[in-house]
Amino acid sequence: MSSQPSTPQLSTLKLGAALHLLSQSGHAVPDLDEVGATVWLQAVIDALCDLSSRDPLTGLANRRHFELALSREVDRVARAGEPALVLMVDIDRFKLVNDTHGHAAGDLVIQSVAQALMDCVRPMDTVARFGGEEFAIILPNCPPSYGQTVAERIRSKVEQRQVKVPNHPPISVTISLGGAFAPQWVRSSATLWIERADQQLYRAKSEGRNRACLEMPPVSLVSAEEKGLLFGISQFQDIE
Amino acid sequence: MTTPTPPAAAAPSARRARILAITSGKGGVGKTFVSANLAAALARRGERVLVLDADLGLANLDVVLNLFPKITLHDVFTGKSTLEEAILPAPGGFSVLLAGSGLVEYSRLTTEVREKLQEIIDVIAPRFDRILIDTGAGISDVVLYAVSLAADVMVVATPEPTSLTDAYATIKVLVTQQQRSSLSLVVNQVSRTGEGRTVRSQLQQVVDKFVAPMLPTPGATVKLEFLGEILTDKSVRDAVQRRQLLLETLPGCDAAKGILAIAAKLTAS
Repeated sequence: MSSQPSTPQLSTLKLGAALHLLSQSGHAVPDLDEVGATVWLQAVIDALCDLSSRDPLTGLANRRHFELALSREVDRVARAGEPALVLMVDIDRFKLVNDTHGHAAGDLVIQSVAQALMDCVRPMDTVARFGGEEFAIILPNCPPSYGQTVAERIRSKVEQRQVKVPNHPPISVTISLGGAFAPQWVRSSATLWIERADQQLYRAKSEGRNRACLEMPPVSLVSAEEKGLLFGISQFQDIE
Repeated sequence: MTTPTPPAAAAPSARRARILAITSGKGGVGKTFVSANLAAALARRGERVLVLDADLGLANLDVVLNLFPKITLHDVFTGKSTLEEAILPAPGGFSVLLAGSGLVEYSRLTTEVREKLQEIIDVIAPRFDRILIDTGAGISDVVLYAVSLAADVMVVATPEPTSLTDAYATIKVLVTQQQRSSLSLVVNQVSRTGEGRTVRSQLQQVVDKFVAPMLPTPGATVKLEFLGEILTDKSVRDAVQRRQLLLETLPGCDAAKGILAIAAKLTAS
């Protein structure tokens, strides 16, 4: 006997809270009468999944989604050996913004920085609100030689941006960035990767803020020039 | 009730052990051979020595020492045994903590593994004069982490080009990632006396030109300290094949003399 998936009895499900959440967050769900119960329910579930992976204030990926994406990236780097960069981003002196202009202005600043970050990255990158005024970005397939350029582009984009606040002169803020590359071919851990990027963020802060500090990538490659020097001398001394 | 007399190595001392990580780029340069025999040589000089086999995933210190450990770090990690039970006496008068072969799950550096390793170091450090951490080959996160637990690093290389290149790559990563300004070098399998020093100066020149400028501080220098060399010696192969310590079986051979000299230099520093 084969069991067919039965159509859920919608009347027995308590969907009120879920639907309220979705409508409040602006998620559109198709008309039940038009698509049928199964398709409709799938759409509700998809919308809830999307909702649970986003930060409500900025619409960016939230920390939960970020951590999932980062673990996936760790696996991918270990297998494919492609370089990847994680950037931790923190708004400089954000407490001062809140204290001076109020929390509503603070929220606008966070939204504006979030938008600036989104404007600077590729569709494949993951931009997340990590917590408070801190953001995190995963840049898959980002060669070490581009890292500093990308981070600098983000930094200057935020610096140039003016946050419009109603009945208020515009506010501008700066950010500090810390970045670390995943060790290629190595199965590392997401925690360690974030920790390394965080150390660089700390360095950027202590060196005066409004700057990007990247961990030097593990330079395990030895160039022809280095090899030349390493073995050139050896040959010379052997002749001697 | 009487308190059992603790073994000599377990007597706590006021100061912590000096921790030396022994690493290499490429595998197969005799890193584990050097670790085990150096431990025996240091023990001969009266040091209480423990070798921590941190080559998680591909440990072979037990093979070199001909030990068949019933209890390994794996059992400590999983809570099956206490750390006390896992510290084993090795031939040569030192203690070992073995990873156990095939612990592939630990080749992935999780927070748990890191915390456990740090915990183990904290417990054993006051009881020994010196801890040698035998790391895995290559430059993985686990190796870098194991090295970061140590104050001193010793790189083992042979004069062979691939070994030298890998040793250089390891030095480069350790200097840039851990801001180490001083590392020591042991050259294994040299064909003549003095070759080790030549190898050191070759490495030092490349380090001066390419690695030191990568450090954030302008004008920073990186010192490669020459710890010693070990001559290619037929006795080494014999001892390894018999799975015995060279220092136990043929302490008078050229290679053993090299190891004893390295131990003397280490205790003097």
